[in-house]
Amino acid sequence: MGRASSKEDAGTLFHSLRSAYAATPLNLKIIDLYVGFSIFTALIQVVYMAIVGSFPFNSFLSGVLSCVGTAVLAVCLRIQVNKENKEFKDLPPERAFADFVLCNLVLHLVIMNFLG
Amino acid sequence: MAAVANMPVSDLLKSFKLKTKQQELLIRVSILCLVYILAFITRLFSVLRYESMIHEFDPYFNYRTTLYLTQNGFYDFWNWFDYESWYPLGRIVGGTLYPGLMVTAALIYRILHFLRFAVHIREVCVLTAPFFASNTTLVAYFFGKEIWDTGAGLVAAILIAVCPGYISRSVAGSYDNEGVAIFALLFTFYLFVKAVNTGSLAWSLASAFGYFYMVSAWGGYVFIINLIPLYVLVLLITGRYSMRLYVAYNCMYVLGMLLAMQIRFVGFQHVQSGEHMAAMGVFFLMQVFYFLDWVKHMLSDTKLFQAFLRITVTCAVAVGTIALGLGMLSGYISPWTGRFYSLLDPTYAKDHIPIIASVSEHQPTAWSSFMFDFHILLFLFPAGLYFCFKRLSDATIFIVMYGLTSMYFAGVMVRLILVATPAVCLISAIAVSATVKNLTVLLRSKNKGVQTGSTKGSSSSKASSKALLDQSQPFQKNGAIALLFGAFYLLSKYATHCTWVTSEAYSSPSIVLAARGAHGSRVIFDDYREAYFWLRQNTPPDAKVMSWWDYGYQITAMGNRTVIVDNNTWNNTHIATVGRAMSSYEDEAIEIMRSLDVDYVLVVFGGVTGYSSDDINKFLWMVRIGGGVFPVIKEPDYLVNGEYRVDKGAAPKMLNCLMYKLCYYRFGEMLTEYGKPPGYDRARGVEIGNKDIKLEHLEEAFTTSNWIVRIYKVKPPNNRW
Repeated sequence: MGRASSKEDAGTLFHSLRSAYAATPLNLKIIDLYVGFSIFTALIQVVYMAIVGSFPFNSFLSGVLSCVGTAVLAVCLRIQVNKENKEFKDLPPERAFADFVLCNLVLHLVIMNFLG
Repeated sequence: MAAVANMPVSDLLKSFKLKTKQQELLIRVSILCLVYILAFITRLFSVLRYESMIHEFDPYFNYRTTLYLTQNGFYDFWNWFDYESWYPLGRIVGGTLYPGLMVTAALIYRILHFLRFAVHIREVCVLTAPFFASNTTLVAYFFGKEIWDTGAGLVAAILIAVCPGYISRSVAGSYDNEGVAIFALLFTFYLFVKAVNTGSLAWSLASAFGYFYMVSAWGGYVFIINLIPLYVLVLLITGRYSMRLYVAYNCMYVLGMLLAMQIRFVGFQHVQSGEHMAAMGVFFLMQVFYFLDWVKHMLSDTKLFQAFLRITVTCAVAVGTIALGLGMLSGYISPWTGRFYSLLDPTYAKDHIPIIASVSEHQPTAWSSFMFDFHILLFLFPAGLYFCFKRLSDATIFIVMYGLTSMYFAGVMVRLILVATPAVCLISAIAVSATVKNLTVLLRSKNKGVQTGSTKGSSSSKASSKALLDQSQPFQKNGAIALLFGAFYLLSKYATHCTWVTSEAYSSPSIVLAARGAHGSRVIFDDYREAYFWLRQNTPPDAKVMSWWDYGYQITAMGNRTVIVDNNTWNNTHIATVGRAMSSYEDEAIEIMRSLDVDYVLVVFGGVTGYSSDDINKFLWMVRIGGGVFPVIKEPDYLVNGEYRVDKGAAPKMLNCLMYKLCYYRFGEMLTEYGKPPGYDRARGVEIGNKDIKLEHLEEAFTTSNWIVRIYKVKPPNNRW
C-alpha cells in the first residue's frame, strides 16, 4: 500500500514540476539547457577518467572544473537575469551578461594554463 | 604681493567656499593621507638606529630568492633547484615556496628602475613591509565603511596603522611573507563581503583574485578557505541566505580554487587535502540547498514538496557521506597536517612533532602578550561585538565570526595574534565610532534644544517644563563632554603605548645585538655578520657548513656557502642527524660529519656576552629532535635529577659531547666578569664544569670578537702508515 501511494506521489510530483517549469520564460530555459549540457559533459569526463585512470591529474581537473565552472556561472547569470528575483531588480541584464562573459574569460584562461 | 599678505586669513578661507559634503571629503582624505604616512614611518625605527638591513632568519631566504629572481628572470626562478642547501639532498625551491612576496618586491623593483630610480633590491626588500602596511590601512578604511560607516572606517585605519600586533611582523627589514599576506587577507575579505553585499559577479571575480594573491603569499590562506565556508554555513543555518550569497560564494570558490592550484607548492591540495574539504562540502551543500529552494518556489503544493525534499535530502546525504568516507579511508583525502592539527589540539605537537613544539612563536599566548599587543583594543573588542549584534547584517556577522575564530587561534599560538589584529581593530573601531557618535549627537541635540527653547519661549507652562528639561540637560551635556575627554585620553594613551612598544620591543634586527655598556653608552655586537663574512672570504667556495637549522638561511645568504640543514625544516631525519652529531661524543660525531662531507662547524655561544639565545640553551631541543629519530640519544643522559646544568655537577655525557666542547673550547682561561673565576658563563650564571677541553678531530678556525659565533674546521683523516 505504501509503495503504490509513493508511486502515485512520484507521478503527481513529476507532473506538477513539469507544468510549473513550462511556465518559465524562454531565455531562462536556454540557460538551463546550457547548464544541463555542462553538467553532462562533466559527467562524461568523470566516467572516462574512471575507465582510463587519472594521469595527468591536472588535465582531468581542468577539464571537469571548466565544465562545473561554466555551469555555476550560468546559474549565477540565470539568477541575475530572472525577473522574479527582487534583489536584482536594478541590475540591467546587459551588465549581468558582461560579468558572465568576463568571468568565463578568466576561467578559460586559467584552464588553458592548467591543462599542461 | 603686499595686498595678498594684508588680506586676513578668514577672507582667504571664505574664498574656498566649501559646502559641508566637500568639507567632510577634505577631512576624510587628509586623515587617510596622514594615516598612510604614519603607518609607514612608525615602522622605520631600526632603519634609523642601525642601518637598512634584513632582520631575523627567514627574511634572508626570501631576500636570496628575490635576488635570484631579479638577476635570472621568472622562468629560471620558477624552475630553480638549489644545490647549496640541505647538502646532499638539495631543495626544489621553485616548488616549495610561496612566490607572492618575491614577485611583488621584484615588480616594485622593476617599476622603480623603469622610472629611473636606481635602487638596490635590498632597499626595496627592506621597505616592502611598511609599504604594504600603509596599503592595509586603506583597505581597513574601505572595509570599515562597508561594515558600518565612514567614521568606523577611519578609526579602523588609524587603529591598525599603529597596532603592535601587526607591527611586530611588518617593521622595515622584516621581509617576510606575513608583511604582504595580511594585506592580501584583509583585501580578500573586503572584496568577498562587498560581493555578498552587492551580489555582483565582478566583485566575486575580484575576491577570487584577492584569494589567489593570498595563496601565493602565505600558507595561512587555509584560514580563508575555512572561514568563508563556515560563514556561508552560518548564514544558511540562520536563514539569512539570499541569491547574492550564492553568486558570491560559488564564483569565488570555483575561480579561486582554480587560480590557487596554479601555485606549485599548493598543487592539488584543494581537492585532496582534509583542510580544504570544508569548502568543497559547503559548495555541494549550497547546490543542493538552492536547488531545493528553487523547486519549493516552483511547486505550489507543500505536501508534494515535502516528499521531494525527503527523497533528495536522503540521496544527497548518502552520496556525500559515502564519497567522504571512501576518500578518507582510502587515504586519498589526506588528514589535517601537523601544523594545522596542532591548532585544534594544542597538545599534539609536544608529544608527536618536537620540531613544531620547539619554535618559540608556536607556544600558547599569555595574557601579558595580549595586553602588550592590543592595549585598549582588548576591552573595546567585546564592546564592538555588542554593537555588531545590535545591528546584525551579512557584513557584521562576517566580522564577528572572523573576530571570534581568529581570537581563539591567537590564544593557541602567539604567532597568530597577527591574524587576529585586523579583526580586533575593525570591531574596536565600530565600538569607538558608535560611542563617539552617540556622545556627539547628545552634545549637539542639547545645544539645539536649548536654542529652540530660548527662541520659542512664550507661555509660563512651556517655560517651566523647558526649565525642568534644561536642569537635567547640563548634567547630560557635562557627562557627554567628560566621556568624550575620557575616550580621547584612552586613544592618546593607546598611541603612546604603541609607539613605545614598537620602539622597544619590535625594532631589533636580531642579527645585530645592542646592549648598554658600563657607563650607559651603547655597545653594538655585530658578530653574526662578522662570522658570515669571514666564511665568505676565507673558506673554499665549495665548503659545507654544519650548524643548527636556525642559521641556515643566513649562512647561505650572507656567507654564500652550502649548508647541511636550514630553516625550511622539511626533512626531520636530516635535522635529527645533525642533532645527533651535536649531542654525541667527538669520535661518534666525526663519523657522521665525514659521511655528510662537512668541512666547517658553526656554533653560537653567549657565555661571554650574556646572550641567552645561544646553542647551549637550545641544546635540549637538539637532543629531543635527535632522540626522536635515533633512540641512541636519550635525553635523561644529559640531565642531572631532571635539571639541565653545565657546571661541575653536570652529567658526564653533557660535559663531553661535541656541542659542549665546541662552545667552551679555550673558555676555561677566559675572565668574563670582575670578581668571578675564569670560565664563568654569563648566560647561565655558573662556572663551567669541564675547563680543560682538547679537540681531536676539529680545530678552531675563527671566533668572533665577542665570542658569539665560533667556527671550527674538520681536520682531514690522518695519513696511514
